Amino acid sequence: MLELHAVTAGYDRRSPVFQDASLTVAPGEAVGLLGPSGCGKSTLARVAALLHRPDAGRVTLDGTEVRGWRHRAPRALRTSVGVVFQQPRMSADPRLRLRDLIAEPLRATGRRAEADGRVAELAPAVGLTGDLLARRPHEVSDGQLQRACLARALALRPRWLICDEMTAMLDASTTAALVAAVETYRRGEGAGLLAVGHDRVLLERWCDRTLDWENCARAPRVAD
Amino acid sequence: MAELTWISRGRTRRSTRTVRLTASAVVVVAVALAVLIVPPLVQLDEQAVDLANKLQPPSPAHPFGTDDVGRDLLLRCVYGLRISLLVGLVAALVATVIGTAVGAAAAAFGGWTDRVVMRIVDAFSSVPHLLLGIFIVAMFRPGVWPVIVSVALTHWLSTARIVRSEVLSLRARPFVDAAISGGASRRRVIVRHLLPAVLPQAGLAAVLMVPHAMWHESALSFLGLGLPSHQASLGNLVQTARSSLLAGDWWPTLFPGLLLIVPTLAIAGLAGAWRERINPRRRSELML
Repeated sequence: MLELHAVTAGYDRRSPVFQDASLTVAPGEAVGLLGPSGCGKSTLARVAALLHRPDAGRVTLDGTEVRGWRHRAPRALRTSVGVVFQQPRMSADPRLRLRDLIAEPLRATGRRAEADGRVAELAPAVGLTGDLLARRPHEVSDGQLQRACLARALALRPRWLICDEMTAMLDASTTAALVAAVETYRRGEGAGLLAVGHDRVLLERWCDRTLDWENCARAPRVAD
Repeated sequence: MAELTWISRGRTRRSTRTVRLTASAVVVVAVALAVLIVPPLVQLDEQAVDLANKLQPPSPAHPFGTDDVGRDLLLRCVYGLRISLLVGLVAALVATVIGTAVGAAAAAFGGWTDRVVMRIVDAFSSVPHLLLGIFIVAMFRPGVWPVIVSVALTHWLSTARIVRSEVLSLRARPFVDAAISGGASRRRVIVRHLLPAVLPQAGLAAVLMVPHAMWHESALSFLGLGLPSHQASLGNLVQTARSSLLAGDWWPTLFPGLLLIVPTLAIAGLAGAWRERINPRRRSELML
C-alpha cells in the first residue's frame, strides 16, 4: 500500500499549499486524483514520490514509514516509486541521448550491465523506434520525449507509478499510447498507479477509481 | 521605418562583429605561434647583453630596438609574452577549477554550507583583489609560482558566484527530481547532471579571466613584486623601460605595452564571441 495520512505540505511552513491530505493506493490499483490547477496536486505527487518533505503527516510504503526525503530516502524506497512529470522538456537532462536518459536509473543504481537489454525492452513498449534513441531531447518532439520519460520511470520496475499530469502537454493519440503503455506495465507487474490531473474524462476512463481533490485534502485557511 | 533602421543597424553590427572576431582570431593565432615556435626555433639567449648596442631605436637588425643593456627587445618581448601567457593561462585555469568546485558545492549542498561559503566569498570580495594578491606574493620569494598562486587565489570569486547561481537554477528543475527518483546519489546528481551543464559557463569564465590574469601578472611585476626582475615578462619590460622613457626612448615601453594590450583584447574578443554563441542556445533550450 502507498498511503498518505493527513499530509500537510508546501514551500513555506507558515502557509502550506494544502493540509491534511490523505489517500491510499493499493498494489495493482489505479487511482486518479482530480483537482483544479494550482490546488497543490503536483506538490502532493512530489510528496508521494518522496521528492518533497511534507511539513506534517505520514507517508508509508508497504507499511514502512518514510523518514528521509529526496536523496536522504533509502534508495530501495525511492526507486520503488517511478515518476513522470508534466513537462518532458524540463524533466529530461538536455545533454543525454534518449537511450542514456532511459538507462540512467540503471546506471545510477549500479546495474549498468542490464542497461542495454532493458532499453531494448522498454523502447518498443512506449513506442520509441531505434533512430530516436540516438537523439538528444532538443531533437525530438514533446510526445516522443515524454515517451522516453515514461520509459525512464519504468526502467527500475517500480511497484508504484506516479503520473503528474503526464499527458497534459500531449495530443490525443500520444495520450492514448502512453496510457496504454502504463496499463500494460501495470498489468504485467501488478504495480499501483496514482495519476494526478485535471481531465475528468481521461482519468475516469483510465483509473479504477478517481478522487476529487476537495474530498482528500483541505485547502489551507486563508491568512490575511 | 523603424523596422528598416533596426534591420540595417543589425546588419552593421553583425559585420563589425565579424571583423572584430576575425582580427581577434588572427592575433591569437599569431601570438600562439610566436610564443610556441620562436623560442625553440631561434635558440637565441634573450638575456644576452650587448652594451655596445644599448638603447638602439628599432632597426632591421633589432625590429623592436634594444634596451638599456643592449638586449634585443623583440626577443625579450616574445619571451615576456610567453611567460605572461603561461601565468595567465595557468592562473585562470586554477581559479576556474576552485571557483567551479566552490560554487557548485555551495549550491548543491545548500543550507548552512551555502551560507558559510558565500559569506567567505563576500569577505574575500570586500578586499581589493590586487591588494590581496600583493599580500600573497609578498609571502614568497619572487618567481612564477607565487604569481600564479596569487592571481588564482584572488580570482575564483566571480566564477564561484556564476556557477552557484547556474546550479541553483538547474537544481530546481524536474530532471534533478527524476534523477533522484531513479536512485541517483547526491554525488551523481552533481557530477553527472549539474556540473556538465555549467561547464560551458565556467569555460567561458576561464577564457575571460586569461587577459585579466595577464594584467595582474604585469601589475605585480611592475610593482617589483612579481617575477624576478631579470626575467623577461611584459610587466618587467615595462618597468625596466620607465627610466629610458624619461630620456625620450619610447620603444622599450611601446612594444611591451602593445603586446600586453593587443593579445589580451583579442582573447577577450574571442571570449565575447563564445559568450554570444552560448547564450542564445541556452535561452532557446529554456524556452522550448
